Amino acid sequence: MSYFTPDRRAQAEELLSLYPKARSALVPLCHLAQEQDGWLRPEAMEEIAGLVGVTPAEVRGTATFYDMLHTEPVGTYLIAICTNIACLLDGAQELLEHAEELLGVRAGGTTEDGRFSLEEAECLADCDHAPCVQVNHRFVRAQTPEAFDQLVDDLVAGRVQETIPPHGTLCRVRRDGGLRVDRQQIAAERAAARAAKASRAAAADEAKPSSGGSS
Amino acid sequence: MLDGRSVTARPGEVLIAAAERAGVFIPRFCYHPRMKPVGMCRMCLVEVASPRGPALQPSCFIPVTEGMEVVTTSERVKKAQDGVHEFLLINHPLDCPVCDKGGECPLQDQTLAYGPGESRFVEEKRHFEKPIALSNLVLLDRERCIQCGRCTRFAEEIAGEAQIDFAGRGERLEVAKFPTTSFSSYFSGNTVQICPVGALTATPYRFTARPWDLDQVESTCTTCALGCRVAVQSSANRLTRLLGIDVDPVNQSWLCDKGRYVFESVNGDEALVPGAAFAGEARPAGRGATVRLTQPLVRTHGELVPASWGEALGAAADGLRRVRAVGGPEAVAVLGGARLTNEGAYAWAKLAKGVIGTDSVDAQLGDGLPAELVLSLPRATIDEACRAKVLVTLTGDVREELPVLFLRVRQAVLSGATRLVELTYQTTSLTPYAAASLLMRSGDAPGLARLLVGGSAIASGAPFHPDGPPWSPAQLATARDLLAETPEGAGVVVLVGRPSLAEDASLVAEAVEVLANAWPAARFLPTLRRGNVHGALDMGFAPGLLPGRVSLEEGRAWFRRFWPTVPERTGRSGAAVLASLAGDLEDPDGASDQREAPKGPPIGALVLLGADPVGDFPDRQLAERALAAAEFVVVVGGHPSASLHHADVVLPAAVAHERPGTTTNVEGRVSRLGQKLVAPGLAWPDWMIAAELAASLGADLGFTSASAVLEEIGRVAPSYRGIDAAIEEGTHRDGVIVPLVGRGVERFEPIDPIATPGVESVERQGAPPRVGSARIGAWVVPVSVEGSGEGVPRLLSWPSYVAKRTSTRPTHVSPPDAYTLRLVSGRRLYDRGSAVLGSPSLVPLVPKAPARINPHDLDRFGIDDGDAVRVRSSRGSLVMRAEADPNVARGTVVIDFNLTVAVPDHRDAPGREALRRETTAEKDRRGTERPEDAQRELGASVLIDAMAPVTDIRLESL
Amino acid sequence: MDASEASGVPRIVTAGFDDPESYTIERYLARGGYQGLRKALGMDPEAVVAEVDRASLLGRGGAGFPAGRKWSMLRPDPVTYLVVNGDESEPATFKDHALIERNPHQIIEGTLIASYAVQASQAFIYVRGEFALGLERMQTALNEAYAYGAVGRDIFGSGFSIDIVVHPGAGAYICGEETALLESLEGKRGFPRIKPPYFPAAIGLYGQPTVVNNVETMANLPWIVLHGGAAFASLGAGRSTGTRMFALSGHVRRPGVYEVEMVKTTFRDLIFSEQLGQGLREGRTVKAFVPGGVSAPWFGPEQLDLPLGQDEVGAAGSMLGSGSVVVMDSSTCAVRAAWRITKFFFRESCGQCTPCREGSGWLERILYRIEHGRGREEDLEQLLDICDNIAPGLTWPPQMTTICVLGPSIPSSIHSAISMFRDEFLLHVKEGACPMSGGSHG
Ligand SMILES: Cc1cc2nc3c(=O)[nH]c(=O)nc-3n(C[C@H](O)[C@H](O)[C@H](O)COP(=O)(O)O)c2cc1C
Ligand code: SF4
Ligand code: FES
Repeated sequence: MSYFTPDRRAQAEELLSLYPKARSALVPLCHLAQEQDGWLRPEAMEEIAGLVGVTPAEVRGTATFYDMLHTEPVGTYLIAICTNIACLLDGAQELLEHAEELLGVRAGGTTEDGRFSLEEAECLADCDHAPCVQVNHRFVRAQTPEAFDQLVDDLVAGRVQETIPPHGTLCRVRRDGGLRVDRQQIAAERAAARAAKASRAAAADEAKPSSGGSS
Repeated sequence: MLDGRSVTARPGEVLIAAAERAGVFIPRFCYHPRMKPVGMCRMCLVEVASPRGPALQPSCFIPVTEGMEVVTTSERVKKAQDGVHEFLLINHPLDCPVCDKGGECPLQDQTLAYGPGESRFVEEKRHFEKPIALSNLVLLDRERCIQCGRCTRFAEEIAGEAQIDFAGRGERLEVAKFPTTSFSSYFSGNTVQICPVGALTATPYRFTARPWDLDQVESTCTTCALGCRVAVQSSANRLTRLLGIDVDPVNQSWLCDKGRYVFESVNGDEALVPGAAFAGEARPAGRGATVRLTQPLVRTHGELVPASWGEALGAAADGLRRVRAVGGPEAVAVLGGARLTNEGAYAWAKLAKGVIGTDSVDAQLGDGLPAELVLSLPRATIDEACRAKVLVTLTGDVREELPVLFLRVRQAVLSGATRLVELTYQTTSLTPYAAASLLMRSGDAPGLARLLVGGSAIASGAPFHPDGPPWSPAQLATARDLLAETPEGAGVVVLVGRPSLAEDASLVAEAVEVLANAWPAARFLPTLRRGNVHGALDMGFAPGLLPGRVSLEEGRAWFRRFWPTVPERTGRSGAAVLASLAGDLEDPDGASDQREAPKGPPIGALVLLGADPVGDFPDRQLAERALAAAEFVVVVGGHPSASLHHADVVLPAAVAHERPGTTTNVEGRVSRLGQKLVAPGLAWPDWMIAAELAASLGADLGFTSASAVLEEIGRVAPSYRGIDAAIEEGTHRDGVIVPLVGRGVERFEPIDPIATPGVESVERQGAPPRVGSARIGAWVVPVSVEGSGEGVPRLLSWPSYVAKRTSTRPTHVSPPDAYTLRLVSGRRLYDRGSAVLGSPSLVPLVPKAPARINPHDLDRFGIDDGDAVRVRSSRGSLVMRAEADPNVARGTVVIDFNLTVAVPDHRDAPGREALRRETTAEKDRRGTERPEDAQRELGASVLIDAMAPVTDIRLESL
Repeated sequence: MDASEASGVPRIVTAGFDDPESYTIERYLARGGYQGLRKALGMDPEAVVAEVDRASLLGRGGAGFPAGRKWSMLRPDPVTYLVVNGDESEPATFKDHALIERNPHQIIEGTLIASYAVQASQAFIYVRGEFALGLERMQTALNEAYAYGAVGRDIFGSGFSIDIVVHPGAGAYICGEETALLESLEGKRGFPRIKPPYFPAAIGLYGQPTVVNNVETMANLPWIVLHGGAAFASLGAGRSTGTRMFALSGHVRRPGVYEVEMVKTTFRDLIFSEQLGQGLREGRTVKAFVPGGVSAPWFGPEQLDLPLGQDEVGAAGSMLGSGSVVVMDSSTCAVRAAWRITKFFFRESCGQCTPCREGSGWLERILYRIEHGRGREEDLEQLLDICDNIAPGLTWPPQMTTICVLGPSIPSSIHSAISMFRDEFLLHVKEGACPMSGGSHG
């Protein structure tokens, strides 16, 4: 029995087909599993291990290297506040403390109702809107304590469901189909191109025999 | 240039290794000479000249190049190394006094040797929850881990199963297993050995000893027949730990967990006393709670009672003399011997064949191959097998039977130089690496062998089956193409063993003959796996043979010079001895390797040398009847067994690590065994028991020590000529391959001073350059001693074997019908043998055996995965759990040998009740319930018919 | 931004940024999108390489290696890959983020041109995982490009075919390092690969020769092909040609991403120009600034007039790096800034190398202690000595004891802060507290 739902199972097959080696699909498949459950269940990692041809321990080992992949449950909304240098200069530390107080959890924790997880993030690359805040990896630009309170309000009230899907859903745009060119064909075309290049080089040499050793 | 002097390196050699050979020791943690370098720990930084000035480079990773200039002693190098060392210590708990590694820890050693007195680190150290169990055998203390990645790399790169891996990132990088599974590798102990700190510890060793209390000898592991080199450590006459030693041609530093931990069964706390428990019965929990035989016993008024050696030897001699007087020498049979040293085996061979005069002597109990075939085949070394162009396997799962050979073969195949062709009944641990894996059914081997060497399907005599052949034609074509590239079998090595104990050895033998005849240039590596079985066969422990790989006829005249007598006639094999005792020999389908054996007088006396027919013989029913019928039984051994019930005299013997001597491995390599312990109680080494029993029979075997036996072997056993001198001066480590000739080249062995603490530790070896290396002169080139004059008999050889076997006719296997499945019963590493059952750390790892059947067949029979089924053969029946297993060839049922069968999962299934009834009925049928039955319960041996070429099975759903 | 156009300097990669719909294919085509690709496909691949070589296009990812040269180093092999680095995670660098969200088609077009030039077998665009919107925009753009016939089989009827895959990261700064990026793309943890081999051009993705280039580097290619390498090289000066995106943040009035001409613009222009950063707040002065990502040593006010050129900044002892400039005004606590930057490296060290894994944590703990008033005078020398054990000599560019340059980047900010503001450190020790606590707030 597959861990993935039938639709996601099909997506998983497509992801696998995109890469010359199956293991490359490991991280995308982890994202897919998180889209399904919000985090990486052991069953998910076992299934991914089978799909990409490694052990479950390797899937877990690899996944835990990455901050976005969670092997423990996370809140529906993962709020990340950057405190790195540019944001620090603009009051990020204070905003983080405010958030901790408001949500009643320390950075790294999840509220008891499982709704919010709070994270102290490294630079999120939106430094012109410091301090930078993301919810489920969507930039929300809640730069002041007041704006942050409003954000939490909106999340609780479900006012931003359209723009912010539950944690785990990353890219909502699917690739239009798999690869279009098969690898054999590419190989043949590149070989032909190499031959063409060689003949161009030969022709160039012939064209100017006197210049000698133009290569 | 290394520190200003000129040094030569080998092509591709990394700096750290070249420096080491030149006597310059560069500190390191992550580098291991048997694994790919990763350059992670940064301890080995040295200065290498570059166009932009000298640069710090990891010497473990940088290959030496012509003209390279390297400095290992500059201030800059020292500062960099000290810096790394300090970094490693800042988060390392200084709990050396309670750490298993304390006293043999390179981190500790280097701290003491070079480190600053006081730490500059005043911050809080990183903390982790105390040790977590990665498995039954391995614990992890994450606080102590220095993230060198040796263990995770071992798991992935060497063992090929990454059940542990790094998790996390940066300072939180930690070794972890998957939460729902465990680090269940057969090789997990190696990670403990190569861990440079005390992060990984082994449960059997944890807290048992401090390194400085340990005393050690070097020895050879005899758990299986591969012959891995080990350091055996003990404290207060108890074994505490085994460590692998790096021997290039054999184990390359690795051990399997069975070999590493079965030492627990040697630490017997309890002597067997009359009326007390027999083998394996409920014993006190805890370490070393193993029952040992420590006292001679003699059956008096139906009870085994303690006796003096004099009394016991006298009783044994009387019994043997009585039987011989009635039935002649051939009425005495000696079974077992694979657990003996070469010296023990030779002494017992001399006693049996040279004093008593019987040739019915056999070290193999129906689980081997015809001895003459094994000794006649052109033998390959392990190295040759791992350098073969094509390696063909016709054996059980190598990882289950000779685990470290699996590691070697896997590396060989991964290197790309060796292609693997498997002939097998089920997918094995090597299948993922095989170029072709040819699935067959029991009985197919000879036919498939004919196809492989180019025969046509019809000529091959491949038996008809409704499903067609189980192998894939494409894979067969691949295999044939590969083999076509090796004319005459040049560069082909065949691993030959027993893939199933539920079929007659003659089937494999016939297939091997086909291959050997078709490929005259091929070589063969026999994978007989029991302890020193190869040494025993070499010592003549088989019917028709004499010591030194000569036949009885060929060697008779020669041995008459040294022995009081030599048997007149060829004797019976172990299986035939039992069959004859049980009265089954007249069976027209008689054990086929016995077809030519003369029907001698009935067997009257049985000497069991560490052998347990009831527990070990494939056909349990036959063995029980045989032992019950034997008139006089002498049991010689270190551990009680199910066969003890039938003993008239019990003579306690020393076991592994309690006796010096030599052993011979699969490739014919003879190496030394070290004695570490004094045997418990009154147990004696085997050679001494033989000598004393001979004396009681009025003969003088002529030796007073194990080395005197070796001296005689070296003088009289043709293939062992010169062995005693060679093993003395050759090397203590590599051993030598017999037959010997000349000296090999000096070789430099990589030894990892971190992986083998206590073996070559900084302390023991003093300062570099000796650290991490051993110079070895090896005897490597075998030759025949043919024509060396003095009437030395000729060794067995393939041409002489073929000349003798003109009468060979193929074993007839009738084709199965659509309702039968053919039984395959192979070996698992952890089974219910006395060594494993005597090792508390391993007992929990012994699996149960379900009936594994291809899903296609299960469907055919309308049985679901997990259902209870009755499995019935001509010998008996079992109720057990059926398991769908696509790895099993169609038409086959696999029930692994020497395991208790698995019962259905669902507690209230009808099968459960049926099982209860079945078991009770079986016990009723066999009469009173005996304690050994209760604990051994029932396994595949209940089903196997040793008198039939194959065992057919019918499945009944319940 | 208007300023540059007014001054005749083209906006090469940020053209269309003013348009809120700039990321769609319609708008891209309206701006002349995919013309560069059409032109390139009509040229010989070597001619494209030559054009890029002529442009002297320095890589925009941080190391500043000339793209044309990198391509020429590719080991000849039937199977080669192109990997485009959009993992942008260097603190205070946010130019690639803007580019990915607002001009994805130009990245794709550049990727196709480069693929054609090096005759790659397949191309991957690795987008930082935290850019959910960026991933969606990039994937949408790729779908559009496929539909338009710009990607896939027989592109624009030229006979050239290639597939591009958008690959999401999953949150690990180190995966921006090119060999870690390849490991990550192979489905492994992002451990940088040990050298040798020195370049992915020899052994890269799946062991095959591979070109790794930054997304901004790619985005320059259509313009170069259309206008010629010489036109590109006529902008800027010396080796630093063309325009470049700079991410300006910290204590400036108008933080943002600005595309300016290289060398012709100075740090002072960037920070103070009305069209660009618009200077600092009332009464504040520049205390120090980070010239090229937090791996770079800091500059003080005296370096404000340095031109934005790779060699110019290099000669002054730092680097232009990832093109991010962080301005710290007089209210900033230097200890706090150095601590936070060190904490970043501590959290992002991959953990392979002992000096980086253990050293970063040690330094972070000491700096935290000092900032919180528990410092000791000897801590300063100890900090520098630990730094020296990670990057011996504390030279620039650094000597290494580690596999990648993340480790040796750790000392930059600490060394800068202590050299420039030693007194401030001592004040922390003396007062047992941060003398400017709360003061770092803008
Ligand atoms: C620690 C570290 C992080 C890096 N992060 C990035 C990054 O986020 N984006 C990027 O393009 N290059 C990054 N680089 C540089 C890349 O290794 C590589 O030089 C670059 O992608 C090559 O592209 P270019 O030649 O077009 O600049 C990083 C380098 C290091 C050492
Ligand atoms: S320097 Fe740091 S980030 Fe780079 S490889 Fe080493 S441990 Fe990893
Ligand atoms: S880096 Fe060379 S031994 Fe670890």
